Amino acid sequence: MSATTPETRERGFLDHVIYVLSENPITAIAFALFATIVLVAVFGPILAPYDPMESNAARALQPPSADHWFGTDNLGRDVFSRVLIATRLDLMISVAAVALSFVVGAAIGSAAGYWGGWIDAVTGRFVDTIMAFPLFVLAMGIVAAMGNTVENIIYATAIINLPFYARVARAEVRIRRNAGFAQAARLSGNTDIQVLAFHIFPNALPPMMVQISLNMGWAILNAAGLSFIGLGVRPPTAEWGIMVAEGANFVVSGEWWLAFFPGLALMTAVFAFNLLGDGLRDIFDPRQRT
Amino acid sequence: MGPRTKLVLYRTLQALPALVGVVIVSFILTRMLPGDPAAYFAGPAATEASIAEIRATMGLDRSLPVQFLHYVQDLVVGDLGNSLSTGQPVVEELTRRLPASLELTLTALLLSCAIALPLGIAAAVHQGSWIDHACRGLVTAGVSLPTFFTGIVLVYVFYYLLGWAPSPLGRLDFVYLSPPEVTGFYVIDALLDGDVETARGALSQLVLPATTLALFTLAPLARMARAAMLQALSSDYVRTARAAGLGEGQVVLGYAFQNAMLPVVTTLGMVFSFMLGANVLVEKVFSWPGIGSYAVEALVVSDYAAVQGFVLAMAILFVLLNLAIDIIYTLVDPRTREG
Repeated sequence: MSATTPETRERGFLDHVIYVLSENPITAIAFALFATIVLVAVFGPILAPYDPMESNAARALQPPSADHWFGTDNLGRDVFSRVLIATRLDLMISVAAVALSFVVGAAIGSAAGYWGGWIDAVTGRFVDTIMAFPLFVLAMGIVAAMGNTVENIIYATAIINLPFYARVARAEVRIRRNAGFAQAARLSGNTDIQVLAFHIFPNALPPMMVQISLNMGWAILNAAGLSFIGLGVRPPTAEWGIMVAEGANFVVSGEWWLAFFPGLALMTAVFAFNLLGDGLRDIFDPRQRT
Repeated sequence: MGPRTKLVLYRTLQALPALVGVVIVSFILTRMLPGDPAAYFAGPAATEASIAEIRATMGLDRSLPVQFLHYVQDLVVGDLGNSLSTGQPVVEELTRRLPASLELTLTALLLSCAIALPLGIAAAVHQGSWIDHACRGLVTAGVSLPTFFTGIVLVYVFYYLLGWAPSPLGRLDFVYLSPPEVTGFYVIDALLDGDVETARGALSQLVLPATTLALFTLAPLARMARAAMLQALSSDYVRTARAAGLGEGQVVLGYAFQNAMLPVVTTLGMVFSFMLGANVLVEKVFSWPGIGSYAVEALVVSDYAAVQGFVLAMAILFVLLNLAIDIIYTLVDPRTREG
């Protein structure tokens, strides 16, 4: 750290990002897809050509055409508009869930990694107990017990994602708790909480960011799966999982577009987050930084 | 007692805390029912007196530790309570439907192992070749596929467009009678009965849902097989084996493969976790009469006793599966070999 000023380090990191992006165009595609999804989530209602709730029996079950890019559903609603609108809800559910499990998971994982002892034992048992369930099934049970609402879908998804964050945070904090910089910070009079929050935790962030991105796709899949089996989101709300569920009844009679396009949107979103996670790992993983 | 037997016993003991945790969580979940469970079970036409009576019969008027004790006592004798909608014991319905789910899950697991392991191994042996790229593409695409969506696409292509698959409605078309029950697996039971026609009918119903589920588990298995195989192939013992002049086949299958299987067996735990969840979705898509669709039907009519019974049953099944994996790991691990 002797000769490198913050400016050149910044430069080096930027160069590295550009290098990774040019080396692996798929990562660039992932960033572009991610940006598109966020834009659609924000501007979806403006972009949608039709009112996603407006039914019209005269144009029910029309296949994709120039007027209705993704066709119309059994009530004559425009599938394209509904898929666009749904982006915000799907993204909101998974972002909220992942944010929640990140905050809680990071807190208990860091505490367990830093102090060890009984805190580690108790949180470890807690996390192990969550992992002892098949996670999607546990989410079903939680929503059934707490009540069938969108908020509870978020809580359930957050709980089943918690172990991943807690484990990463614990491992990353643990290997740094006696590192030179942490001891230096302690010697210069910082309290344990300060050392943990301002010195160790920032260093544990990069691997957690990767975890977030990889988890995001999984969180979207889980939330959509829950609404697919009829939990949380209720019709006529536009949401990818429930749209696939509603469209599934028409697939056997050949009206494929009802289920196909929301499913495709879901798949693209998950795919984008997974690629993004791989890309972030390339950028942040020190072993790749040579 | 040999070191291996000791290890197996130790693993079994290690599964106990998980089991206790699962029971505690599911107790909490059953007590978290929205509103007052007694009023809930009494139904809408209940009076104060009848609610109090139900509260007493359910033991809800006692302290939580006492309630927990009763809960555990019921569990030990296999009582998961009664379904609210049918009045039948939940555990009876679950055991009746379990073979259907197991048939689907095990077929899917076999199918995905049969594809994922050779693929992962081939990708590792020919690193950087087209098969490696195909494997990586499949792995990335595979983890992004929503199971229920894959199922619907398969139904559209193979049932509606091509007409190869029967309609996605259950385990057996109504023109067949279900075979006499031996194992509960329709295909095997029909074959045991010598009824090839029914066996074919059951198999044709099974192919699409099993493929859907297999596609879902393919990705993690292939990824792990490839990674483990790559690591094994770059190890010292493989270099030594090669230097000693052993044939490539023996090096890959005899040396690298055996060691690479250990991490793959470990991933099976995670794969099962995904699978038991995905099972629910696949069963719904294909109207498969297993325990997953039982839970979904129960959810629709807010039959929470049935749902919590299902969650607990799945969790116990999962703990036992993990225990089985641990034991298999102990037995497979060359380092624990005796003598």
